[in-house]
Amino acid sequence: MAPIIEVRNLTKQFGKGKERVTAVDAVSFAIEPGETVCLVGESGCGKSTTGRMVAGLLEATSGEVLFEGRNIKQLSSDAFRRYRQTVQIIHQDPYSSLNPTQTIRDILTAPLLRHHKAKNRAAAEARALEILEVVDLTPARDVIAKYPHQLSGGQRQRVAVARALTVDPKFIVADEAVSMVDVSIRVSILTMLARLKKEFDVTFLFITHDLALAKYFAWEGRITVMYLGRIVEDGPTQRLITDPRHPYTQALLSAVPEADPELAQHKRQIELRGAEIPSLLALPPGCTFHPRCPYFVPGQCDVAAPPLEAIPEGGRVACPVRRQEHVSLLV
Amino acid sequence: MGVIQSVWHWLATTLKLMTYNKAGFIGFLATTAILIVCLIGPFFIPLDTQTKLDQIYQPPSAEHWFGTDHQGRDIFSQIVHGGKDVIYVAAIAAFLSTFIAVTFGTLAAFAGGKIDGGIMGVTDIILTIPQFPLLAVLAAFITFDNITYLGLFLGALSWPALLRAVRSQALSLKERDFVEAARALDLGTGHIVFRELVPNMMTYIVISFTLALTAAVYTQVGLVLLGLVPVSSSNWGVMISLAWTQGAIFFRDAMWRIMMPILAIALFQLSVITMTRSLELAFNPRLRTMV
Amino acid sequence: MAKSKLDWQTGDANDRQAPLSLENVHVAYNTRRGKVRAIRGVTIDLHAGESLALIGESGSGKSTLGLAIVRLLPDTAETSPGVITYRRDGREVNVLQLKPGELRAFRWSECAMVFQAALNAFNPVLKVWAQALDTAKAHGWHDKEAVRRRLVELLEFVQLDPKRVIDAYPHELSGGMRQRVLIALALLLNPQILILDEPTTALDIITQRTIIKLLRELKEEQHFTMIFISHDLAIAAELADRVATMYAGRVVELGTSDDIFYRPRHPYTLGLIRAVPTVTGGFEQLFSIPGSPPDLVDLPKGCKFHPRCAFASDRCKQEEPELEEVSPGHTAACWHWHEVEAELQRNPLHRGALNLTDVIAVDVEVA
Repeated sequence: MAPIIEVRNLTKQFGKGKERVTAVDAVSFAIEPGETVCLVGESGCGKSTTGRMVAGLLEATSGEVLFEGRNIKQLSSDAFRRYRQTVQIIHQDPYSSLNPTQTIRDILTAPLLRHHKAKNRAAAEARALEILEVVDLTPARDVIAKYPHQLSGGQRQRVAVARALTVDPKFIVADEAVSMVDVSIRVSILTMLARLKKEFDVTFLFITHDLALAKYFAWEGRITVMYLGRIVEDGPTQRLITDPRHPYTQALLSAVPEADPELAQHKRQIELRGAEIPSLLALPPGCTFHPRCPYFVPGQCDVAAPPLEAIPEGGRVACPVRRQEHVSLLV
Repeated sequence: MGVIQSVWHWLATTLKLMTYNKAGFIGFLATTAILIVCLIGPFFIPLDTQTKLDQIYQPPSAEHWFGTDHQGRDIFSQIVHGGKDVIYVAAIAAFLSTFIAVTFGTLAAFAGGKIDGGIMGVTDIILTIPQFPLLAVLAAFITFDNITYLGLFLGALSWPALLRAVRSQALSLKERDFVEAARALDLGTGHIVFRELVPNMMTYIVISFTLALTAAVYTQVGLVLLGLVPVSSSNWGVMISLAWTQGAIFFRDAMWRIMMPILAIALFQLSVITMTRSLELAFNPRLRTMV
Repeated sequence: MAKSKLDWQTGDANDRQAPLSLENVHVAYNTRRGKVRAIRGVTIDLHAGESLALIGESGSGKSTLGLAIVRLLPDTAETSPGVITYRRDGREVNVLQLKPGELRAFRWSECAMVFQAALNAFNPVLKVWAQALDTAKAHGWHDKEAVRRRLVELLEFVQLDPKRVIDAYPHELSGGMRQRVLIALALLLNPQILILDEPTTALDIITQRTIIKLLRELKEEQHFTMIFISHDLAIAAELADRVATMYAGRVVELGTSDDIFYRPRHPYTLGLIRAVPTVTGGFEQLFSIPGSPPDLVDLPKGCKFHPRCAFASDRCKQEEPELEEVSPGHTAACWHWHEVEAELQRNPLHRGALNLTDVIAVDVEVA
């Protein structure tokens, strides 16, 4: 079976002339149906831009997005419409992703009616109520009449998920979908998403800056780490979390604050050579991590961008220097 | 039935929200009162056209609430009859300019590229034309014997500033995630413009409409005062213009004749401007559901 | 006077008095919807040289409490009843009764607040140096050279290059640099207490780590007395000596960091810990707390957590529990803390270094 989504050499540049920046630089990966993939990185690494290109909301500068093996730019208008509906996005901020002037009823019935998923208003409302039950927003009859601001952050995020479900998607890009939700409620939303994965065969591209969440959500799946527009490492979650190979992944994992005092005491402190992330306007040559990397090899790392190469433990690493070295994150 | 009920509910909510700002609500009441007087008043209060030489330039009294003019005619009846045209012309101008600004401003923001460039080009050109002199010159060629044309004309020239503002509002709204979600759901441009963007600009549009209304009142009165628009009917502007050309500003006795239309205009403008404070509340979706 | 304050204040070991005591502090806002009861009777002593973390979700009152201590609440806020006592060198004042002039001195020279490093924490048209000078001048410190020396010293302490930063506008600095500058500015007048509101929120992970390191230094080397306010449990685990869990305007549990993370006795604290994953720990099942935080205008009767609590009984619906000692120095406000203890024995938290052995065993340490 073809991957549901594949991207090849996907590149996105913004701006013109001297202001031109490359937000995403020749990124390639494939996602099989049913897989859960997390795209992880700090702000400005290009993870959200990649997500929006995958969802067809942003046009790539070069490279291609393949949906079920076919380039989305070459789809017939019918096929494109199917892609458009099959791939949905859930945004980070539930305060901005729901129109404040519409009731939940308006929000959910509009796509149902538009795409003939319901014959009339009454049928659309009935379907909307069903979907609200699916995302655990009960009693659905009360919720449907409300405006977004009458709901809590967690409830709004469920509405955003419900809205995506109206068009029966098979692939959902969840862009920092729980990072603005209260800690105590986050897990229930992740659990709900995981249930959708099972019950409705939805494949997830989960974009987050939070490695702990990525680890939890994609424990059986894969994590892809991006830095300044490039993939630096990817692989099965359990390998990547316990045995990270790229110095940036290691730095990231060792930097994550831990909600456990003893773990916090025992974490290895990786000293970087530079604290600040370089600007996208003035990217360093070669490996973009080299000015900060503790394992920098002059004459090698600052010359050519290292290729992503497979390692036997699973996944790919863009670091010829450290690809085969294991580093413990605890001391 | 349901429709009537929901309209009634909408009106009740709007009214209730408007009371939240006292000054705004007073402005709303005053505006309503002026509208009633100017639109319905003429049917009950006949226009006093009879020359009464023994009653020239009288101060306000029980008989003549606003005093009398140079022919002894009642100023109050003239004020009552003179508001309708002013408000009519201003309303037409405000409707037209708001309509152009909202439609093309949103379109420019949403479509971007060449359409945006074209619309903004035209806007900037019209924005740089000095309106008042243009109207003055045009008035020499066109006779505004039909006041509807005058309103359309004023409206056709006064939209650019509002269009720029609407466009920048729409540009920022366009970046909001709910618009992107609507694109992802393939809901169509019409839905995005009229269901996602415009409702979120309602407060802004309503307030812009009232501001356009007040601006049109001034432009219009200015044109009339300068005698650039033919004197066709009783009208607050015409009243000032006549009083002025007949030298009313030089007699203390004539003060009421020139002051009353000025006061009428000022009061109308003040009421409308103050009312916007309440409109801001009434069109805020967050407040609407809290009532 | 300013010069004498230039040196770091080291915690006086003989001074056993708490520099800050809150006693039955209440904060309420009057709104159109009704009275928002943001803080409802918080009593807590801040010990000299300790770092205390206030953790809780949105609406728990943690930020309001921070603002109440430095009296930065909006005018609509009511702060009675309640006493906030501040002590230094054997003298004490009630912060809630300070006059405007005294308040300004208190805010910078005694108890400084560091806000989240958003741009709006700065005056956008002033360079860093001008902001510092303004602050110093407002406190009667007019020796420009001395202010500059002090600022350079502080910028170096927060690991910034003074030459680069001192003449920069806030928008020219990255988020991490802004947070450092804010910390340096807070230290300018050598306060006794530092309150940090979400010090690492909105920063990138690696930057967060550098800020945590910096704050650890302040804590371990300078023995600063600090209050951390955060929704992020990790900040408490990384930095705090003691942790106070807040819910619906009250402290519901207070104890050492180890007490809170390994021996929680309040169901809400337990719920929070079970909801937060770790990265380097083993994989564990997470649980969320059902329901949402209560409406502060219309609070439930009894224990405010009972609608979300698995241990709730009829008593919880009627009577609100007070903090009671569950072990020395560890208090919790729950009628059923014994049951929470029993639950933890049945289903232990897979936390702490002991549980790391399986992870460490996999590692072959490269020496």
